[in-house]
Amino acid sequence: MSDYQHLRDKAQTLRRHIVEMTAAAGSGHPGGSLSAADIVSVLYFEEMRLDPDRPDWPERDRFVLSKGHAAPLLYAALAERGFFLVEELKSLRKLGSRLQGHPDAKHLPGVEMSTGSLGQGLSAANGMALAAKLDKLDSRVYVLLGDGEIQEGQVWEAAMAAAHYRLDNLVAFLDYNGLQIDGPVDEVMSVEPVADKWRAFGWHVIEIDGHDYGQIINALEEARGVSSKPTIIIARTVKGKGVSFMENEVGWHGSAPNSEEAEKALAELIEEA
Amino acid sequence: MSEKIATREAYGKALVELGRKNKDVVVLDADLSKSTKTALFAREFPERFFDMGIAEQNMMGTAAGLALGGKIPFVSSFAVFATGRAFEQVRNSICYPRLNVKIAATHAGITVGEDGGSHQSIEDIAVMRALPNMTVIVPADAVEAAQAVTAIAEMEGPCYLRLGRPKVPVIYDNDYRFRIGRAHVLREGRDVAIVACGIMVAQALAAAEKLEENGVSATVINAASIKPLDEETILKAAAETGAVITAEEHNIIGGLGSAVAELLVEHRPVPMKRVGITDKFGESGSPDELMKHFGLTAENIVAAAQEVIARK
Repeated sequence: MSDYQHLRDKAQTLRRHIVEMTAAAGSGHPGGSLSAADIVSVLYFEEMRLDPDRPDWPERDRFVLSKGHAAPLLYAALAERGFFLVEELKSLRKLGSRLQGHPDAKHLPGVEMSTGSLGQGLSAANGMALAAKLDKLDSRVYVLLGDGEIQEGQVWEAAMAAAHYRLDNLVAFLDYNGLQIDGPVDEVMSVEPVADKWRAFGWHVIEIDGHDYGQIINALEEARGVSSKPTIIIARTVKGKGVSFMENEVGWHGSAPNSEEAEKALAELIEEA
Repeated sequence: MSEKIATREAYGKALVELGRKNKDVVVLDADLSKSTKTALFAREFPERFFDMGIAEQNMMGTAAGLALGGKIPFVSSFAVFATGRAFEQVRNSICYPRLNVKIAATHAGITVGEDGGSHQSIEDIAVMRALPNMTVIVPADAVEAAQAVTAIAEMEGPCYLRLGRPKVPVIYDNDYRFRIGRAHVLREGRDVAIVACGIMVAQALAAAEKLEENGVSATVINAASIKPLDEETILKAAAETGAVITAEEHNIIGGLGSAVAELLVEHRPVPMKRVGITDKFGESGSPDELMKHFGLTAENIVAAAQEVIARK
């Protein structure tokens, strides 16, 4: 486990930013940002080929945050990776900020696609993967989907197309934290049997614990070895992960901590780190 | 005006020409390539053509991703599906991030004909025009359609190109140059200005001939560039004639008529009338029958002109 201490530290830093940013903004989506922090930490600090000084570098890897409401997580990762100053994170959701409530690719370096309207990110990722293949680039495209998000029909149109066009340079993560705004995913609109669905659509499916660095890294390694098929990594996660009173609590999907709650959350995150 | 060519036919051929000149052009279709004429491009450039199946929402998003990868995607389907089924994808995945995607939709308007109202888009100009960052072009004939393909490929940003199914009269010769944001004055008169787009430009010219026989002198303007609209040319014509008619194969709500009304009411109010589909869905019939049924003929424009002139 200690092999991954630098990733664990990064993820805890991202989690602290998420708490601080949403608290300062007075709104935002901490629950689903915290659940995917370990995955995003591996992507930005281990897996992806990026150059913060050249955000338009054609040979870079791409990340599409299809569950765009986890914007605080993406912004924290980009700032920590050096795309802009950490200081700017405080401007989240403020008038004139480049850190819009949901990611706006026009204005913020490192944001590959404007997302937030659910179900649209995988299609864009497919297009990026197709463009890389046309240009014979070995760039890889990563996309993070929410579990509630895959209730959108467009996701399955895109799933079909990614397999049809054999996009083996595309890896999707499903942040399977089991909760959506109205309650447990199983009660609102079950997505099960989720692994079978993706397999039936022609994808290579890997199921992991989305907080286990060894499993995340091994899954990404396995995906690199898959040819002629896209890969989805179905990651079981805990919504609100890392903040005891937010964990598995649906209410923290879309509400920000007040200053007292933020202080408590930060104390826990510092202790753990 | 004797020759007749469908604007979708001109689009298909122009796209092949463009593909030869520009290797970044890619084309996506949703199982309608034989009808939209993107099949011509597919035949010559199979590696740059993507049939996305009957899934327009994913097609728009994929085009967005291709644009982000430096490509110039042309996306085709019928206008109803391109702008209706995939509206929110056009909004959030293309217009909001201002991506370089060209939506070339065919079978617009009632001249789809026998397929009926489910397939006849009468609101596409309205919804595309309301999107920030979107350019909206409605060519009058095959020559203008082909030129519009080149023009929209040369500009950076999202565009909606509205094309038709039936063969329509060729108005322009090959010396004509279409420019985004410019209207073209086909005929100058003193009594009334007819501002038209698409297949209604030919009807407007025919109406002007008939009006002349009755001693009424009409200006005819082709406003193919609906957004950005050539405000200067239209305001000048309104000032010179004091009465304006718009003519479009579209609902009178939200299309060219609305765009011109918005302009005139703020800058130069004059008597005005919109010729178009009067807030109804289409129905089955031959294109010619439907043009008469929905009041989209030269005679309808003549009657409207006489009405506004009387109101001056």
